[in-house]
Amino acid sequence: MATLSILGGRVIDPASNVDLVTDVHIADEKILALGTAPPDFSAEQQIEAKNQIVCPGLIDLSVRLREPGAEHKGTIISETRAAAASGVTTICCPPDTNPVIDTPAVAKLLQHRATEAGMAKILPLAALTQGLKGEHLAEMGVLKEAGCIGVSNVLPIVNTQVLRHALEYAANCDLTVFLQAHDKWLGHNGCVHEGAVSTRLGLLGVPETAETIEVARDLLLIEMIGIRAHFCRLSTARAVDMVKEAQVKGLPVTADVSTHHLFLTELDIKNYDSQCHVNPPLRSQQDKKGLREGLLQGSINAITSDHQPHEADAKLSPFAMSASGISAIDSLLPLSLRLAEETQIDLITALGYITHQPAQILGIEAGTLTVGHKADICIFDPNCQWTLTPDNMHSLGHNSPFLGWEFKGKVSYTLINGRVVYNNLDSR
Amino acid sequence: MNNIQLDQQGRLKHFLGIEGLERTLLIDILNTAASFLSIDAKAVKKAPILRGKTIVNLFFEPSTRTRTTFELAAKRLSADVLNFNVDTSSASKGETIIDMLHNLEAMHCDMFVVRHNACGAAHFMAQHVSPHIHIINAGDGEHEHPTQAMLDMYTIRQYKGECAPLRVAIVGDILHSRVARSDIHALRTLGASEVRVVGPKTLIPKGVEALGVKVFNNLKSGLHEVDVIIMLRLQRERMQGALLPSAHEYFQYYGLTEEVLKVAHPDAIVMHPGPINRGVEIDSTVADGERSVILPQVSNGIAVRMAVMAMILGVVIPEQKEVH
Repeated sequence: MATLSILGGRVIDPASNVDLVTDVHIADEKILALGTAPPDFSAEQQIEAKNQIVCPGLIDLSVRLREPGAEHKGTIISETRAAAASGVTTICCPPDTNPVIDTPAVAKLLQHRATEAGMAKILPLAALTQGLKGEHLAEMGVLKEAGCIGVSNVLPIVNTQVLRHALEYAANCDLTVFLQAHDKWLGHNGCVHEGAVSTRLGLLGVPETAETIEVARDLLLIEMIGIRAHFCRLSTARAVDMVKEAQVKGLPVTADVSTHHLFLTELDIKNYDSQCHVNPPLRSQQDKKGLREGLLQGSINAITSDHQPHEADAKLSPFAMSASGISAIDSLLPLSLRLAEETQIDLITALGYITHQPAQILGIEAGTLTVGHKADICIFDPNCQWTLTPDNMHSLGHNSPFLGWEFKGKVSYTLINGRVVYNNLDSR
Repeated sequence: MNNIQLDQQGRLKHFLGIEGLERTLLIDILNTAASFLSIDAKAVKKAPILRGKTIVNLFFEPSTRTRTTFELAAKRLSADVLNFNVDTSSASKGETIIDMLHNLEAMHCDMFVVRHNACGAAHFMAQHVSPHIHIINAGDGEHEHPTQAMLDMYTIRQYKGECAPLRVAIVGDILHSRVARSDIHALRTLGASEVRVVGPKTLIPKGVEALGVKVFNNLKSGLHEVDVIIMLRLQRERMQGALLPSAHEYFQYYGLTEEVLKVAHPDAIVMHPGPINRGVEIDSTVADGERSVILPQVSNGIAVRMAVMAMILGVVIPEQKEVH
């Protein structure tokens, strides 16, 4: 029985509202005790965590591993390694791989490869419709049996009748549906927020209504069907208000926001910086403020990296022609810590957005340091100052608008099932 | 904002957009163009200013008019000119813009005149070419078309005099117009007293007021007492995107006719970047009428493009001769 003790760290567990300097003891892949170890316990391995923070391993609700289908951008091995180095122990993968996760074979392939790599736990999301085409329902029942944690369509389902049936069938399978709200036609081909910046740059805009109209349609169906739903990557303050209203009404809806929408706005695009080309687009200052308030008030429940690694060439073209997305898993923890520093959100709450809360959304027993749970743990030095550079990014993709940003807080150890999968000292 | 356009001495290195350029620089361009207009008028229309320089017209979008005026401008300055029309289908076969640029650079060219349907394409190229290469933006998507704006300013100055406090209306498809954006920046920088954009709500971009213009959805109120009217070309494909019901209805409400023109200042001039759609945005009697300066715009376009090329390639500009 492998045993390990993490000694003298500041243990923060948002799930149980614990924040104290103590020891964590691990045996048989699980958390055995906090504080004093049982008398018969002896640790085979000890980690000295003085002046470090010990928290649950991070759970990231949206990570593109790029495998299968785009291995030149990233692989399960490269991106789970990046996850481990970023303190992330569980990642949720959207179904828009190539081939799409609409068959048990693809779902199992992903998990099999992840288990082989052994760096992070992977939870695939199944497609709601076959090929994400919005026409025929995917085999949600067998996909769930093959390990899919929820269903998502990534692309808009234009036909409302199909969407209704897909949600009903997902409810029938007791699956949470992950919705990315954007209207197919409003802002079609757009690449920036519609407003003064899109007008100045001449770029096709995506109006706020592209998100809010879809959120409204989804909410009405959710209410009618009574399904558990999660809104992925809200980008507008208005949509946050709508979700909040639904939550007050008692609908089982949750929402997340990406780190970049919490820190960047349309103004960061400056003169066509393609690193800021994301979908949904970076919105206004007002929206950024609304998203932060949404977190504070609890209508937005989780923060995700929305990790989308790309090869350098994908960003090396004029703005609208460049690929959208940010390689963001490396900056998930530091940006979340920065949020706690910049806003009224305190540290334990901020860590909750990337541990306990996403676990709740996924309905998994993870994201906590409670005794008896699997020992998925992140240990980081909260005072370590560093600058994000292409050289110290662990993801294969170096496409990030945060390059050159100074961060405080760096991962020193990551444990999965009580086993060290990343050690900052080794990687130096 | 566009400081990538200037070298360390503040001189023009690339000409990508009007936004962010100083008033004095714009006036320099106009003055230099004035000195070149005399070359155009000579029997032997050639000056040896850019002898030995190679200029590539790199057009990713079909264009005859703009490319021809750039070609003429370069040839009148004795530069060697290479026309490179990139069939968009061959571009999509795999060669990236960067690869294409580097290939052309390897042929030791000095300047690229670029037209591309992507906004920011010229900026993008300026960021990635070797330091000795210069880029002129000949239109990037719906963003800017700075030489068109400068020839418009030249024409306005020619007819309305220097520094006149003018009221200018830009009419039509503002949403898709790079000419409108460049004109707005130029007019604001040069101190027009009022810049208006006029068009139906479907063709006015969101937040355009932030560029310092007033929006009018009614043509007659938009043209009331203006000194300059800049009409924009209406692309036929706008009817397909459900932006307008028909060309016929557009003309009825936004077409410039003699009747509508009466609300403008009696000395108002009518401009158009061309090619014009008679009976769609402008009536023939106006296009061919005495207030129209559409053809002088074309002639001025050559002088303005000569000026920009000469200023960028850093040659000594001949002494100012008297203006027209």
